[in-house]
Amino acid sequence: MTGTILWTILILSGLGLVLAVVLFFIAKKFKVEEDPRIDEIEKTLPGANCGGCGFAGCRAFASSAVAAPDLEKHFCPVGGNAVMQQVAAILGFELQEKAPQVAVLRCNGSCEARPRVNVYDGLASCRVKASLYAGDTLCAYGCLGCGDCEAACAFGALKINPDTLLPEIDEEKCTACGACVKACPRTLLELRNKGPRGMREFVACRNRDKGPVAKKACANACIGCGMCFRTCTHGAIVFENNVSYIDFSKCKLCRECEAMCPTGAIHGVGFPKPLDKDAVKERIRKRKEAANA
Amino acid sequence: MRKITFPIGGVHPHDSKFAAERPIEVLPLPAVVYVSMAQHLGAPAKPIVAVGDSVKTGQVIAEPGGFISAFVHAPASGTVKSIAPRKDLAGNSVMHIEIAVEGDEWMDGIDLSDTLVTAIPDDPAAIIEKVKACGVVGLGGATFPTHVKLAPPPGKKAECLILNGTECEPYLTSDYRIMLERPKEILIGAALMQKALGGCRCVVGIEENKPEAVKVMRAAIAELSLADIEVAVLRKKYPQGGEKQLIAAVMRREVRSGALPIDAGAVVQNVGTSLAVYEAVQKNKPLITNVLTVTGAMLPAEKQHNYLYRIGTPLSFIIEQAGGVPEGAAKLVSGGPMMGKAIANVDATTVKGSSSVLYLDAPSTVRKEASACIRCGRCADACPMGLEPFLLNRLCKAGDLEALEANAVQDCIECGCCIYSCPANIPLLDRFRIAKGQVIGAIRARAAAQKQ
Repeated sequence: MTGTILWTILILSGLGLVLAVVLFFIAKKFKVEEDPRIDEIEKTLPGANCGGCGFAGCRAFASSAVAAPDLEKHFCPVGGNAVMQQVAAILGFELQEKAPQVAVLRCNGSCEARPRVNVYDGLASCRVKASLYAGDTLCAYGCLGCGDCEAACAFGALKINPDTLLPEIDEEKCTACGACVKACPRTLLELRNKGPRGMREFVACRNRDKGPVAKKACANACIGCGMCFRTCTHGAIVFENNVSYIDFSKCKLCRECEAMCPTGAIHGVGFPKPLDKDAVKERIRKRKEAANA
Repeated sequence: MRKITFPIGGVHPHDSKFAAERPIEVLPLPAVVYVSMAQHLGAPAKPIVAVGDSVKTGQVIAEPGGFISAFVHAPASGTVKSIAPRKDLAGNSVMHIEIAVEGDEWMDGIDLSDTLVTAIPDDPAAIIEKVKACGVVGLGGATFPTHVKLAPPPGKKAECLILNGTECEPYLTSDYRIMLERPKEILIGAALMQKALGGCRCVVGIEENKPEAVKVMRAAIAELSLADIEVAVLRKKYPQGGEKQLIAAVMRREVRSGALPIDAGAVVQNVGTSLAVYEAVQKNKPLITNVLTVTGAMLPAEKQHNYLYRIGTPLSFIIEQAGGVPEGAAKLVSGGPMMGKAIANVDATTVKGSSSVLYLDAPSTVRKEASACIRCGRCADACPMGLEPFLLNRLCKAGDLEALEANAVQDCIECGCCIYSCPANIPLLDRFRIAKGQVIGAIRARAAAQKQ
């Protein structure tokens, strides 16, 4: 009895020893040489594997970054400049800092402003809904409200507000990874610079219909009147296809366009004081008078 | 007699042909017509008239925008009011030509008489040219330009022309009515297409639930003594009218994945298309009229209609003429209940392929809440393409495009049999449509990359 136990232990230990030696030599012979910096970089990255950088995950980003001649094509939007500083330090590159960005929703067609004209009872997916028809409102460009963006966000930064049926973006949580931008079939979400002290100005509408049609569909729509385009003194407004767009690299945050917009389609976010429309209009009027005189 | 059908899948919805006994009525002209520039498959047509122009009925107002495209003709005479985007029945903006109707003055050279022209022209190219010039497209639903289908690529030969008179979608009766009322025109249209295809046999496929149509068509064949046209009686099963299903039923041949019907030696045309070909070639009349069914289970017999309408008549006008939207209608559909499109915008206009205004009540259309898949396999039994919808559904959820392609989601014909048969009310087809688009996109991108 004791003998059987003894033999079993001896044979198994012997087998283990032999295999260990074999494995040791195999591991030595077939060792994969890998840049140690890949591990280092991966450790500094957030590890969310969100794909916001355009790579399959954090490790894929790291392996690509060590082989790259510079960091032009590598930027982790989640970690931002802080993480990229560390990555640049590991690789010995100089980092071109990027302005922090945030996702904004370019639709403000709440239930109140944009009445539902039919009932959709298909699969609750914006992509499916968009493939079938223009949606349950008269606006063929606005938010479909099924929450594809919410499902795509890995950081819980997007939530559909049940009252407006529009997604709301939590600026603190948004990492500008761009997953929602890809998920939205109507490309209503856009990554924009957060702006100085979080102040930014944007057109919250993408309706390319002519004024009366857009207005009928949604009270908050951009009606393509061009008022903002004529008001802006910085050349920041691109006006085409009956809809305006503010180029954030040129916008000086004067809020004149926002004051002049007849439908409230232009939104200012993060400003310390609410907009005094009359004061701004007065300022514009005086400036025009001075120019005429 | 042996009744034939396609070998796999299919479902048996109640046929609900309430309007079958209602003869075709001519719908009056509306005050304004809106002619869509995208009423055929392929590139949208390009307008060649300007605002303020006077047009006559049958005049060309837009020309093809590409190889797969079609001419568009004025459905009524009057003045061009605007050329602008307008919302189609799904609510999307499409370019339309608006014509204020002033009388009904036809272009010269269009034969409006009822006399039957039986002489078949000798030149196949002339027939195809005429079909093209008259803007004929497939009226079975897909609105594929007919002249493209009648000219197979070099090296491919049509062995059989199949006329699709199955009308397998429930409720629709427009094809049935034209088979009863204009059988000879349809058959001469078929003979013209046979000629254009370089001579081949022709089979008219009609489902067993239309015995009258079978009788009338057979009598017309005998009367016209057309030797190489026969009528095949098909067992009633949806989607018999699907191109690939009809080929399988009539010719016992399978169109392999990714191939076209012509690869199996078949050309399938709807009976309505055949009538349009007859009118184009023999009467010089462009495709500006079509027959449409106004029906619904809640409508009394006298309110069911089959209308001969001018293409471009707004749906709201047709609804008004037919007595308004009935009480109890929860959904308006253009086309059949299985594959038709919901009408989200009643101000939209009719297009070449419009085949019905169908009112559905809430119990038959409102979707029930989906529950979990229990792998009962009914969807796989129902799929006429031999796919496994329950598996595709899982792959769609996972977004696995490679596996979706391997499981042939691109072969889905969107007939809706899976969703019809699912006891758990899972929105299968909704997901497949998206995946099919993505997979076909990937296949095309690969083919384009290979070419370079």
